[in-house]
Amino acid sequence: MLLGKLTLDAIPFHEPIIMGALSGAGLMGLVVFALITKFGKWGYLWKEWLTSVDHKKIGVMYIVVALIMLLRGFADAAMMRTQLALATNGHMGIFPPEHYDQIFTAHGVIMIIFMAMPFMTGLMNIVVPLQVGARDVAFPFLNSLSFWLLVSAVVLVNLSLGVGEFARTGWVAYPPLSELSYSPGVGVDYYIWALQISGIGTTLTAINFLVTIIKMRAPGLKLMQIPIFTWTCTWANVLIVASFPILTGVLAMLSLDRYLDFHFFTSEAGGNPMMYINLFWAWGHPEVYILVLPAFGIFSEVISTFSGKRLFGHTSMIIASGVISVLGFIVWLHHFFTMGSGADVNAFFGIATMIISVPTGVKLFNWLFTIYRGRLRFTTPVLWTLGFMVTFSIGGMTGVLLAVPGADFLLHNSLFLIAHFHNTIIGGAVFGYLAGFTFWFPKAFGFKLNEKIGKAAFWFWQSGFFFAFVPLYVLGFLGMTRRLNHTDNPAWDPWLYVALFGAVLVACGIACQLLQIVVSLRDRKKLVDETGDPWNGHTLEWSTSSPPPFYNFAVVPQVHDIDAFTDMKEKGIAYVAPAKYAPIHMPKNTSAGVYIGAFCTVFGFAMIWHIWWLAIVGFVGILASMLARAYDNDIDYYVQPEEIERIERQRLAKLGIDVERYDERDTGKSAARPSKAKTLEQV
Amino acid sequence: MSNAHSHDHAADHGSVKSYGIGFLLSVILTVIPFWMVMSGKFSSHDTLIGIVGFAVVQILVHLKYFLHLNFSEEGRLNSLTFLFTALIIVMIIGLSVWIIFSADALMMR
Repeated sequence: MLLGKLTLDAIPFHEPIIMGALSGAGLMGLVVFALITKFGKWGYLWKEWLTSVDHKKIGVMYIVVALIMLLRGFADAAMMRTQLALATNGHMGIFPPEHYDQIFTAHGVIMIIFMAMPFMTGLMNIVVPLQVGARDVAFPFLNSLSFWLLVSAVVLVNLSLGVGEFARTGWVAYPPLSELSYSPGVGVDYYIWALQISGIGTTLTAINFLVTIIKMRAPGLKLMQIPIFTWTCTWANVLIVASFPILTGVLAMLSLDRYLDFHFFTSEAGGNPMMYINLFWAWGHPEVYILVLPAFGIFSEVISTFSGKRLFGHTSMIIASGVISVLGFIVWLHHFFTMGSGADVNAFFGIATMIISVPTGVKLFNWLFTIYRGRLRFTTPVLWTLGFMVTFSIGGMTGVLLAVPGADFLLHNSLFLIAHFHNTIIGGAVFGYLAGFTFWFPKAFGFKLNEKIGKAAFWFWQSGFFFAFVPLYVLGFLGMTRRLNHTDNPAWDPWLYVALFGAVLVACGIACQLLQIVVSLRDRKKLVDETGDPWNGHTLEWSTSSPPPFYNFAVVPQVHDIDAFTDMKEKGIAYVAPAKYAPIHMPKNTSAGVYIGAFCTVFGFAMIWHIWWLAIVGFVGILASMLARAYDNDIDYYVQPEEIERIERQRLAKLGIDVERYDERDTGKSAARPSKAKTLEQV
Repeated sequence: MSNAHSHDHAADHGSVKSYGIGFLLSVILTVIPFWMVMSGKFSSHDTLIGIVGFAVVQILVHLKYFLHLNFSEEGRLNSLTFLFTALIIVMIIGLSVWIIFSADALMMR
């Protein structure tokens, strides 16, 4: 009773693969722990990172989590491809169905919620406040809390590997399969609580960034002049605020079904599972636009920067993103054309789905026109962008094909669908994040990434993608459905082997990326970016040093143009030291987010295993930490001008600007710029 | 973070007069449909239309006088946010009802 449903049987000692994975992860954890202890970095880690409310550091931590979860999600994918290549001609492969079902569920949940979302949020955290000329987000503590809620959910998902099981329902967890009568284990409960906790964090982040973008822009920055990445993030945040409550609501109803014997979605006693499917996708479809819109923003920034031109059709890009956002709310039924609503309903949603490809097409042409007559530099981010334009176009076309209800009845839940959405999510969202990762890495860390290995990573990913997913299109036409544990059709086998080969190529791509980080870290002196503007950037984030000082801007810039930094460089005021600095109001670090996140993990774990006393402990812990934070008045301070001047002098010295001389000249109101600054702008 | 450097317009918080007008209008808009029902002079169809019509007008009165939504420069963002939310809610609920009723009808439940 004391431990609820939890017993020693919950740990899968008899599963060699799981135990191997667990001991591997445990060993790596031990090594990291030992290294941090050996170098005495716990204090540094706690004070400078874990308790930080600095949006740039929180962004970096988001991306670290995303990369770790990418490895786990990819391991799941590799296992699935291996299983399907082996389990044919009468062989059963290496995974029994009850384990295999958990793998494909975990793969979907992890890749969407715990890889793509944190990756997107991380880039948004690092870049958006800098692009709008703000010193932090509107609610810095809330930002830290959002991150720790995500970590809390990540811990729960990973705990399910060793304690109990994960859902076997597929990542959508449709009832009645996900109801207690068909899924009596704790798997679905892990799913519910992990999604709920991370969902609250996501919603808080969206509110936080909307307020930041609306309220904290630099003076002169008009709405329609906001850089395109920030605009696409704005739309994504609007979508989050409007759609995540639906997920929270629908999962809460599923919890009531499972915990308190309600009948919202059961197939008996008046419940209706169709309503779950409907509401899940009313969230789920906007969710894919939440993932891909910021990626569109990244591609726009990359293409504009490396073409050396202003983005073609900035306003039309903003409007197209808005149209996609609104239309994104009236297409969700295309995920379940086969559920059985009438032909009129299906026709409405089919046409709406086809219409949504129009604004997306507008974007594609905007990018092409941006390249037209530009001088495109073929850097790694540009390769990702060009790769995206080809790959995503194919994904878009198969999407329009699936939007025809009649065709969908044939292709529904086949591998054609799997190929289609990987085509858009990998070729659209993930390629975008990886482009953004390379593009803004020097901004976050002060040195560039190794180009050669970065390009190798791209080519492995790009070729691996086609090898892995084109066979799935074919298999879909050959009639193979998704979520199969083993097959017995010899005609499918060659395609399954090719797909496995594709997965191997993608693995090489991921390995290259890890190698890229290690090698670049080793060569960081050689790759250093002292100007803060390694790519000849257009927007405000490139006007500060790399990495930016914790207050971002010593003096909040005045904005006159869409490409605010280009404008400053042209006017020769990009690297001008002000006569004097004013004190800067900054938030203090806080550990409250860490504690609330930790108690959320305790609470979630207790709810999953029905350990009621522990759930109360967790809940009281959450409340107590929230109250402690609410009554804490020591939350902010002023950075004094002397300290700002010291930091800024170092930066100006790096830029080769003679500060002493500059001070004298500045009083004379001359706008003449130092000679070094001129050469910098011509880089 | 302070937002000292941003476009900081305080939203309209109303005055005693505006609350008074709002209250008065609300009372009138409630009394009329109440009277329509109590007097019994109207057919049930007309009564229904009257109640719904006055209710919609009253919602607008509440939005203007109590929630202070307007299209001045300061208030525009609040009003647009409200309209967007309303649009999304109407679309999601309306289409959901259509989807489920259609499926239900075809299953002849």
